[in-house]
Amino acid sequence: MEIAALRAINREREARRAVIYLSDVATGSGRVIREGDVVEAELTGPVRSAFANGKSTLVEAAGREWFLSVCAPEPRLVIVGAVHISQALAPMAHIAGFDVVVVDPRTAFATPERFPDLRLHAEWPEDWLRQQPLDPYTALAAVTHDPKIDDFALTEALRTGCFYVGALGSRRTHAKRLERFGEAGLSADRLATIRAPIGLPIRAASPAEIAVSILAEVIGALRSRGIEETEV
Amino acid sequence: MTLIQSSETLDPLGIAESWIDEGRSVALATVVETWGSAPRPAGSHLVIDADGSFQGSVSGGCVEGAVVAEAADVIVDGKARMLEFGVADETAWRVGLSCGGRIRVFVEKLN
Repeated sequence: MEIAALRAINREREARRAVIYLSDVATGSGRVIREGDVVEAELTGPVRSAFANGKSTLVEAAGREWFLSVCAPEPRLVIVGAVHISQALAPMAHIAGFDVVVVDPRTAFATPERFPDLRLHAEWPEDWLRQQPLDPYTALAAVTHDPKIDDFALTEALRTGCFYVGALGSRRTHAKRLERFGEAGLSADRLATIRAPIGLPIRAASPAEIAVSILAEVIGALRSRGIEETEV
Repeated sequence: MTLIQSSETLDPLGIAESWIDEGRSVALATVVETWGSAPRPAGSHLVIDADGSFQGSVSGGCVEGAVVAEAADVIVDGKARMLEFGVADETAWRVGLSCGGRIRVFVEKLN
C-alpha cells in the first residue's frame, strides 16, 4: 500500500466516512474507493454490500482475486445524560473501542470528577450537536429520563441514521415519548427502531449492569448492520 | 485511569501513519481470508516496524510472532508476501492456530 493511500484512508475515517481499499491480491496494487464511486461492473455488488455491512472480504471477479478492505470511522457512542449508568458505560465503551462522548447540560452531573479522562460536554444536546453532528457510525443512548434533554437528541439520532438509538425509561414513559415524536411527524417505522426499554434483557439490576446490557446491545447493532432481520 | 488505553493507540492504520511520520519503515499485515474458527476476521491489521515493534493483531496471538518475522524481510526487500497459517502441528515447532482455523495474511511494505 502506498503511504498516500494510507493517509487518504485515515483522513476519510477522521471525516467520519467509510472507504474501501480495493486491492488486486496477485499484484498487491490497490486504490481507495469512496461510497458511490464507479467500480468494475463485477465488483459493484460486493463493494455495495461491503459498505453496508462493514465487513472486509475477498472476492473473485474478472478472473482475479480482489480484497475489499473496509476502513470505517471509529464507532462513536454519544451518551446523553451524565448519570450513574453513564459513569460505568462511558469507560466500558471506551475499552470496547468506541469514541465516547457524554453530553448533559446539568453542570451538577457533568463534572470531570465524575467522568475523569473522558470527553464531557456540559451543554444542551441542541447546542452540542450543532458543532458535532451525528452520523451512521454513531450510537446514541439517551439516559436522562428527561424529555427536555433526551427528546431533541433522540429525534436527531433517528434523522441522521445513527446505527443505534436507545432510550432509557419504562414502557409507559416510552409510550408517551412515541406519542410526542409521532405528533412531531416522525414515521412509525422510524420510531420502531428506538431500543426501549434500553439494553439487552439480562435482568440487569445495578447501574453498572445496565451499562453492560446497553453496551452489548450497541455492539450487537454495530455488527448487525446490513444483515437482514431474519439472520439476526 | 491509566489502565484504559486511548482508542487511537489501538487503531493500527492510525499507528501506521504516525510511525511513518516518525521516519520509521513500516509493514502492514492484513487478514484477507479465514476458514473455520479463525480468531480475527478478514480486514484485521497488524502493523510492524523495522525493529519488530508491533500493534494490532491478525490472530489471538498464535501467529503474530511469525508474521512479525516475515515483515522484517518485507521491510528489507520491499516485496509483498502472502502467508498462510493452519492448525498447529504438535510434532513440530511450527506456529499454527490452536483454534483449528486457517487464515491467509497479506504482508506489504508501506512506501
